[in-house]
Amino acid sequence: MLSFVAQRVVKGVIVLLAIVVLNFFLIRLAPGDPAVVMAGEAGASDQVFVKQLKEKFGLDKPLPEQLFIYVKGVVTLDLGFSFRQQAPVAKLIGERLPATLLLTLTAFAISLALGILFGTFAARFAGTFLDTGITVFALIFYAMPIFWVALMGILLFSVTFDWLPSFGYDTVGGNYTGLAHAIDVGKHLIMPAMTLGLFFMATYTRMTRASMLEVKRLDFVKTARAKGLSDAVIQRRHVLRNALLPVVTLAGVHSGTLIGGAVITETVFAWPGIGRLMYDALLQRDYNLLLGVFVICSAMVLIFNLITDLVYRLVDPRIEFAS
Amino acid sequence: MKQFWKSMLRSPSGVIGLIILLLAISVAVFGPMLFPNSPWRMVQRPFLPPFTLSTVPLGTDALGRDVFAGMIFGARVSLLVGLVSTLVALIVGVPIGAMAGYFGGKVDDALMRFTEFFQTIPSFALAIVLVAILQPSIYSIVASIAVVSWPPVARLVRGEVLSLRTREYVQAAVVTGQSNSWIILREILPNALSPVIVLASLMVATAILLESSLSFLGLGDPNLISWGYMVGAGRTVIRQAWWITVFPGVAILISVLGLNLIGEGLNDALNPRLSREGR
Repeated sequence: MLSFVAQRVVKGVIVLLAIVVLNFFLIRLAPGDPAVVMAGEAGASDQVFVKQLKEKFGLDKPLPEQLFIYVKGVVTLDLGFSFRQQAPVAKLIGERLPATLLLTLTAFAISLALGILFGTFAARFAGTFLDTGITVFALIFYAMPIFWVALMGILLFSVTFDWLPSFGYDTVGGNYTGLAHAIDVGKHLIMPAMTLGLFFMATYTRMTRASMLEVKRLDFVKTARAKGLSDAVIQRRHVLRNALLPVVTLAGVHSGTLIGGAVITETVFAWPGIGRLMYDALLQRDYNLLLGVFVICSAMVLIFNLITDLVYRLVDPRIEFAS
Repeated sequence: MKQFWKSMLRSPSGVIGLIILLLAISVAVFGPMLFPNSPWRMVQRPFLPPFTLSTVPLGTDALGRDVFAGMIFGARVSLLVGLVSTLVALIVGVPIGAMAGYFGGKVDDALMRFTEFFQTIPSFALAIVLVAILQPSIYSIVASIAVVSWPPVARLVRGEVLSLRTREYVQAAVVTGQSNSWIILREILPNALSPVIVLASLMVATAILLESSLSFLGLGDPNLISWGYMVGAGRTVIRQAWWITVFPGVAILISVLGLNLIGEGLNDALNPRLSREGR
């Protein structure tokens, strides 16, 4: 188990380094002088700062040396300086990361729980009206663009019914503390998390349904039935447990999409996470910040993939850690 | 072929999907001829509600531009970007997957590590970065969508080729001294086609979603109107004018839904064994 984790961590670090190298070349793809590009758009940067950047990143030195300096910087968590926001990129990201984690993990938990629940129902009552209804809804949710779901949510729950706040992390000037603050944040969290989770919920619903129907016909289920186990026990202990394996795999594959969705969701709901930060960086063409967020997003995906891999091996004892 | 159409038409999702796709394509092709209103020109007062004037059936946006015209012209961009970027992704992914599966060994290892690398990078974030750096245009959008969507193609093709490579008819071709490229192109790939077609139809749907998300964030081609751009532009005035955001979003939803249904229909028609298992 330990050697497996170590192996995966090493692999992850290698991939991350490769992403950093990719980043290095991406900056140089942008039109114009890389120093100016890093400083923000040409007009916004002053000469002194550009000169400082040139010196710091050795932009007059040969390319391999530049690459080395850049990678060294990222490894020591120095992601550069955002001229636009007048703060180090790493600090900006660090401040915003908790909000993004709260949003994505809540959305993930909601989508997984509801997806498995609906998928199980649909499979249990396959071919009935309930199954058709769930399947149709899943298909529709699966096809809706996230930004549109977000706006429709605002239109319905904020504008029309005035139930939920339409933007922000907490009430500005609310000055809530303790539990009251948590409830306030919770209210602001519901809509973004549901928006982000809806697409994944649809995916997990479809996956769970298909997977359960497949497992249901296998011999060990017949055996369980022959042993006289109750239907509920068979469904829960034998069918569902095995049917969840592909769902776990899918969850790992989806972590990148989840982060991408967070960019959109945070933008629409003005949620102060790194997705919103990415959008701001985009608007201001703050490439240094943009690429910094990109590296952190990639790192998050790698960590998430590692976790799902571990979970997969815990859920399915047939897979050995040694491989 | 006849058999294929027969089973395709027997699957309800395939039929609904085909109808939607045909509708979307005819709107994209003929729509701009029938409704020559430019989507960029001011045609009426701003914020004209929908269903009030028959000349501007879906109302106008904050600048008095025709929402309906935008929807029609937007269909072109969405479908074009969806189809072309999928095509480019196939052109990249199929050869990589075929070579990895056919040659195996070190070639396979190298190509698959490369593919996995691209699969690990969060795709939407990479697409944003690429379009922002290359400057928004229809070319950079197509390119970046293709860059983030080829890995599943490569993996799928690799798997197919891997299983077909050991078949007797392929071995026979090897024995008769056919070149590797001939065997891959003429013997193996045609037989690996059906799952690729299913995947491609789903990729077009994903590409349309990606394009609309990029445009929504302001990374669309500034010279072309698209559904995502319209929703993005209507976002700030959603409290006054719901229709500017609602209608283009419905257009995206219906197109993507149609393509997903086609994917399902194709799956039923091309892999009948798989679809039986799903029931």
